[in-house]
Amino acid sequence: MLGAIATALAVNVPLAYIFVRAAGAGWPRYAEVVFSQQTLALLARTLLLVGGVLCLAVPLSVTLAWLVTRTDLPGRRVWAVVASLPLVFPSYVAAFAWVSIWGPKGFVQKALAPLGIEILPSWAYGYSGAWLVLALFTYPYVYLLVVAGLRKMDPSTEEAARSLGRSPWAVFFSAVLPQLKRPLYAGSLLMALYTLSDFGAVSIVRYKTFTLSIYNAYRGLFDRSVAASLATVLVVITVALIVLESWLSSRLPPSQVRPSRPPERLALGRWRWPATLAVVLLAMVNLMAPLAVVVHWAVKAWRLGNPIGVAGEAALHSLGVAVLAAVAAVALSLPVSIWAMRHGGWLARLTLGMTYSGYALPGLVIALSLVFFATRLVPPLYQTVLLLVVAYVVRFLPEAVSATRASLGALAPIFEEAAKSLGRGSWSVLRTITLPLIRPGLLAGAGLVFLTTMKELPATLILRPTGFETLATRVWTATSEGVYSQAALPALALVGTSAIPVYFLIVRPVLSEHSR
Amino acid sequence: MLRGSRSLMVGVGYLFVTSFGCAPAPDEAREAREAHEANNAKTPIRAVGERSLVVYSGRSESLVGPMLETLERETGIRIEVRYGGTSELAATILEEGENSPADLFLSQDAAALGALSGEGRLRVLPQELLEAVPSRFRSNRGDWVGLSGRARTLVYEPSRISAGDLPRSLEAIGSDKYRGRFGVAPTNGSFQAHMAVYRAVNGAEALETLLESFSMNNPQAFPKNSAIVEGVIAGEIDFGLVNHYYLWRALQEDPSVTALNYFIPEGEASGFVNVAGVGVLSETPEALEVVAYLLSKAAQGYFAHETYEYPLVESVAPSVDLPPLSEIRSPDVDFAQVSAVFEETLEAIDRSGLIR
Repeated sequence: MLGAIATALAVNVPLAYIFVRAAGAGWPRYAEVVFSQQTLALLARTLLLVGGVLCLAVPLSVTLAWLVTRTDLPGRRVWAVVASLPLVFPSYVAAFAWVSIWGPKGFVQKALAPLGIEILPSWAYGYSGAWLVLALFTYPYVYLLVVAGLRKMDPSTEEAARSLGRSPWAVFFSAVLPQLKRPLYAGSLLMALYTLSDFGAVSIVRYKTFTLSIYNAYRGLFDRSVAASLATVLVVITVALIVLESWLSSRLPPSQVRPSRPPERLALGRWRWPATLAVVLLAMVNLMAPLAVVVHWAVKAWRLGNPIGVAGEAALHSLGVAVLAAVAAVALSLPVSIWAMRHGGWLARLTLGMTYSGYALPGLVIALSLVFFATRLVPPLYQTVLLLVVAYVVRFLPEAVSATRASLGALAPIFEEAAKSLGRGSWSVLRTITLPLIRPGLLAGAGLVFLTTMKELPATLILRPTGFETLATRVWTATSEGVYSQAALPALALVGTSAIPVYFLIVRPVLSEHSR
Repeated sequence: MLRGSRSLMVGVGYLFVTSFGCAPAPDEAREAREAHEANNAKTPIRAVGERSLVVYSGRSESLVGPMLETLERETGIRIEVRYGGTSELAATILEEGENSPADLFLSQDAAALGALSGEGRLRVLPQELLEAVPSRFRSNRGDWVGLSGRARTLVYEPSRISAGDLPRSLEAIGSDKYRGRFGVAPTNGSFQAHMAVYRAVNGAEALETLLESFSMNNPQAFPKNSAIVEGVIAGEIDFGLVNHYYLWRALQEDPSVTALNYFIPEGEASGFVNVAGVGVLSETPEALEVVAYLLSKAAQGYFAHETYEYPLVESVAPSVDLPPLSEIRSPDVDFAQVSAVFEETLEAIDRSGLIR
């Protein structure tokens, strides 16, 4: 319990910083910044993006998940994996590839120009650009949870509905969808918070959200209280979303059922090939196209005879910090989750909610808050790997907490109770019963934290030890100098090294669960 | 309940021990070692005779790395460089406060130095160092000094538009005859800095009018300066607003390029030389030695020959065929003031619709 509270307080350090900074300016200045028309417009733009992203990503995820788990889609096992892979692209790489393909001077326009077609694809930028990039590259957060939900669902309800003569549509909406609420709420929360804190995509497609505005305020440098004041609004939105999700989830019945047998697969019939085509097109847009852009950089570098810079050391650094962050985040997620799930109470729920605070804050704000506190309180830790890992944990702990919480929720306490009644101590129960049983969930959480840490940029740039290069910083250095050829190898290494653990820790366990 | 949570703590402790304590993976051992080294580097106790400095550099490694290596050899001062974005590093220095490990800050633009100066974070430099460069390229308060200059120019293709037909001020770009013929990079830092200076000199309304006149004249928006130069070379546009050295870099790749630079002759803040400079954060005497080196013939020559920028020390000539710096118009502004209008400038650019 003390561990849980300590963890929750520690990850709220950035929050304290924001309030110190915002308060430094005094109430009149704060009110002037926050209760202004610009802030209201910013709020509308940001919420419009979050809403738009969810409106596209949720139906897309549910459709994909349903196609690969419930139908006879050709090659469904392959597509099940492929559909989750866009997660490995950092949003700045995804967005950059996006505009270089679809932008007004992109590959598509260039290819069509000789045919006299001018599609003026200005939609690659602005709201439409941010909306599509974020939805198409981050939907796997929802998709993976929904696939897991569908696998765990007892098919007897849908079969009963079908035997009563309901159409496949009606079966889906009346018998399947209602049972998916839990993963949909949890996944939507993760996606919404991700969208709120994203900087890479919105800055490249130039759609101003709170996060981008906070960055600009820091760039202006003249008054840091502006950035902090804006961040407080982000905190309020985050709290509202977390409360909403936990309220919605708390009204759901506990889902403890285990499928008695695998579901019958629905024959797609004449929809078989259109569905396949749609899945192929999606993979071309959000997987093959960005890969092609990165490979294009590499080929260009090779043709120009430029050295493609080795990425070996940077790769080791990336792997090292990502492993540390993943292990630390999962370890810290345990006390919080077990307390909330097994004992409950308002204090436990509050503590659990508090661990999410870092997730919606821009990386830059978290990094600067740690700069502020570390240089004042623990100078020896400043610019060390340890502080960098702390930053990652603050940012990504919610991913580990979500996974741990979900796997504890799916584990009936009956096993633990039985062991206790047989005289085992709590510690022994945890070690021999709970942890082994929720291991896949812990590994999935570790996989997610690992992945996002590999991709993390703003905090890495500010908090890393001097001279400490990771794959993400290498990509950043090269692209900020406009030397895309130098970015090719680190970017490929980043995507490649992320893909392996993501497949083994997240995708494969989800897909193999109860499969035939 | 109590007993349960206590065991939990033990459990977490166990996890920590197993994951961190026993037999760390090679990566982790490596991180630990490096963390340790990074720590040692910052402890004030240094080996006798070893002189070292920490430099935060907003200029990229490929640009200043080789020069700093030469500097280490020439001065015997070991330099530890931390590369990053200019504004992120400046924000970091502000948050670090008095505890900043940085001795020197190399900035890509004057606005970031102006912001640090405004918060009193920079040390006043000796007069002889300041006077190495003309007064408009150094701090009014004497606490930072410019090292190299990047002039804003119009790059143009003489076969499509003659120099005599080019706009003689920024305001003239809004004229009907240039409709759809020019390019800008509205998200590029140099464009934004130029507009912030324009606003500081001419006021908010003048900036709104200027941006609107650009925007209404159907310009092509490019992501960055080099893309504008490529656009001019490829004939997509007739001219574009860029930094002067991009043309020289393009010429280095392809000597057959016929495009030219045009230095805007009239208008308040139509011409502008952005300054990359250095500020000193600590009392370490070596820091001043390094500043002196950066203002030396060797370092100034490096900027001239390797980056095609203007050396700011007047006795060092630019390497390429450029009009002398003294002939280029650039307003004498207080950069702390420029940084104060930066956010509003970004918003004005945003509102103008140039971006979309």
